[in-house]
Amino acid sequence: MGINFRKETFRDDFTFRNSPEFVRRFPFPFHEDAYMYAVNIEPHVPGPEGSVLENLIDVDEHYVAEMEDRALVLAEDPLRCQSLPHMTLAGWDLLELLMTEQANGYPEHFSLSRDGDRWRWINRPLGIDDTFTFGDVSTLPYGPMEYITRQSQGDFCILDQRDGNLWMDAGMVTTQADWSLDFDIGMNFFEWHAPVPLAHEKGIFTRALKFLTNIQQGKPARRLNWTMTINPRLDTSPENYHKWGTDRMTVTPENVGDKVHLRVELQSFWRLPRSNALVFPIRCYLIKMDELVTSPKWARRLHRVLRDLPQELADYKGLTRYRPTVVEWLSKHDDGAPTSAGFGPD
Amino acid sequence: MPAQTIKSRPVYGTLSPQAGKSHLFVADAEGGSAILDLARQAPEGFFGAAHIMFIPGRTGDSLLAALKALKPAQYYEGPSIAAAIPRLKQTLATAHMGLRIYLSGTEGLIGQAMQAALESGIDHTSIQTEHRGSLARRVQCVHCKGITEDVTTQPATCAHCGLLLLVRDHYSRRIAAFQGVCINAEDPTEIPQKEEMFR
Amino acid sequence: MSTGTTKLNVTVTEVVAVNELVKRFHFERTDGGDLPTFSGGAHVVVEMRDDGRTRLNPYSLMSSPLNTRDYTISVRRDDVGRGGSLFMHNRVRRGTEMVISYPVNLFSLDLRAKKHLMIAGGIGITPFMAQTSQLAAEGGNFELHYTCRTPALGTYTDVLAQRYGRRVQLYYDDRNEKLPLERLLASQPLGTHLYICGPAGMIRWVRETAAAQGWPDETVHYEHFAAPQPGAPFDVTLAVSGNQIRVGEQQSLLKAIEAAGVDPPYLCRGGVCGQCETNVISHDGVFRHNDHWLSEEDHCSGKKIMPCVSRFEGSSLVLER
Repeated sequence: MGINFRKETFRDDFTFRNSPEFVRRFPFPFHEDAYMYAVNIEPHVPGPEGSVLENLIDVDEHYVAEMEDRALVLAEDPLRCQSLPHMTLAGWDLLELLMTEQANGYPEHFSLSRDGDRWRWINRPLGIDDTFTFGDVSTLPYGPMEYITRQSQGDFCILDQRDGNLWMDAGMVTTQADWSLDFDIGMNFFEWHAPVPLAHEKGIFTRALKFLTNIQQGKPARRLNWTMTINPRLDTSPENYHKWGTDRMTVTPENVGDKVHLRVELQSFWRLPRSNALVFPIRCYLIKMDELVTSPKWARRLHRVLRDLPQELADYKGLTRYRPTVVEWLSKHDDGAPTSAGFGPD
Repeated sequence: MPAQTIKSRPVYGTLSPQAGKSHLFVADAEGGSAILDLARQAPEGFFGAAHIMFIPGRTGDSLLAALKALKPAQYYEGPSIAAAIPRLKQTLATAHMGLRIYLSGTEGLIGQAMQAALESGIDHTSIQTEHRGSLARRVQCVHCKGITEDVTTQPATCAHCGLLLLVRDHYSRRIAAFQGVCINAEDPTEIPQKEEMFR
Repeated sequence: MSTGTTKLNVTVTEVVAVNELVKRFHFERTDGGDLPTFSGGAHVVVEMRDDGRTRLNPYSLMSSPLNTRDYTISVRRDDVGRGGSLFMHNRVRRGTEMVISYPVNLFSLDLRAKKHLMIAGGIGITPFMAQTSQLAAEGGNFELHYTCRTPALGTYTDVLAQRYGRRVQLYYDDRNEKLPLERLLASQPLGTHLYICGPAGMIRWVRETAAAQGWPDETVHYEHFAAPQPGAPFDVTLAVSGNQIRVGEQQSLLKAIEAAGVDPPYLCRGGVCGQCETNVISHDGVFRHNDHWLSEEDHCSGKKIMPCVSRFEGSSLVLER
């Protein structure tokens, strides 16, 4: 039995939704009733069966629709996928990682066979069956990073490691929370995080960098990040901000449940073997408020987190205009009862 | 001098003579005087292995005689940054390790010369920079990707697509520009007043 | 959370005497599987169990990074060192089962370089064996300059000359051949990166010459694992675990901490990776810092020590371990 891939959209008529079992596995990001930055990094090891951590590279019911949306974004704006010239080797590393993990985790959907450097990759959901020479870019229709990330959920940043810093030197970024790969490519760890408020002063990035530069092969790590999105729109890029920004004006007490989404990023960090680069997959999960409040614990907790969020963070995350409406709506789902520890629904 | 507001906003230093086999100076307008200040502490014979590229602009003419008097091995005077870039790229393409680079003047000059140097394989941290003169910004519109030169107001109008842009301190060395993001995307009826901010 | 390395169980499949000082060891996975791919310049830490003592020495991988069947290292016999190389030479043979770490790269190529200029001295050739294989496979632009004492002690000179022809230049001390360093550095195109591996004196000479000629620090890469130096025994209090330990003359502080049952993270055990950095709570005495990790400022502060290679002389030392 495989995954039943949904036919749905992340634009125009926005038919995206989660089936009930996917609501239960949603990676809710708050382990307590308040939120502040922390270096919340932990080993990326497999989690319970049925959770988004069952496989280290997660494929879910939105796979096919997300890949279709990515193809639309790239057709409109090819600058969303870029790789500086020295990053091709890291692209091959990433191709190997994603093919191997997807084929191991979902053998009914993907298979990889290797005969020396002659590889055959079958991707059944997308109807792909390609034979190519590993390391030879002329045998693939795209560069190795673009080829495999057109077939993998989530955004991908590949970071070159030099001089004790990490450099954003390649990426496939079509579902970002409001940052521009085209602008940030080539920047170091502190520079591309420059617009983030509060965290620099807390020394968060200095500690995080020290940790990340020491990540070793075979020992990936992960963290969760979150924001909110109006409508289930994956492409909330700054490039198109003038097209989707008005969505934020459309939130009313009547439509919060369907329109407002919690957006969680499962970020993982992997050392790549041939290039010694670090890859940073940013896997995005969306959940409607109507879906989220089916867990009373999540409803109570999200209400308290949003209500008490410092204003700088609310501004940075773009929540300012609609936060009061959402907090008011969520308050009806918060009876004040205590919440249990941990992330999961009750 | 521009203050560092966020970590991507470049900070500039004061030019000083570096150990090296040869020295390339690129300056515009008041930036020429930074070369003259460096010359006071340069060792004997320093300019014998130096190449000065100077774009006087509207305010640099008074420095021409003094710069020539340094007797650099090569001296060039250009009418604009754009006109000087091909010569700079050719100089870098044939240069050897041991070349040191010194950039002084407006942020636009420093940014565009640095962009050429980065492409030739030099790390930005090994390049000496000193800001003098105008604080006008080069701004890239994140929406249409067009670059607007000499931006002095906040917000500013994109010269290419016409959107009203918030000029951020977020800066890209690769593009040699600050980022401009539509200021009224959420409510296009809000039209904030422009103020002179970057002089 | 601590990083640190994952371990691999391997079996020695071949031991080759390369010349009178150097032996080469081939490792395969004991379970028959593939080894992890690595990048040129990576090392593994080899665990040596020697009558109840465990030695942990880093060695550069010298096989092609694309070969995942076996790893090879070369070990130069050091008759006066702490015995790791003697153990490898005298006790390890074909069929010996050993434990090694996952590959870790602290001497990575900068793939942006327009050209890679490599300078090796003696056994410092080993990381370049892997890096040149990697670059040659990708059509990379490199040049290797290699100084050896005598042709008989020129480890792998024949292999390199055969593989790369004029891209490899050899210099023999006994023929009075000297690396023309100043001329070599002055003639490199802009965008060249310099890599150095060899004796400490050679690394210093090349770095200083490059700096004087205006090579930016970012373009100069060197690998020098400091071997822990022996020294007078000293006593240490480990405040967190509540241990009193004595560091022996031939023992490193890190080994002594581990012997007390406390396991700080490590990757290189050579003063380079920074993993085992330890806070000093109080001290009365003088530090003997031997690492390449802490800044000059840290060394002077008396607040940090790298226990893998550094020592202490004085009446009391309390560490946050």
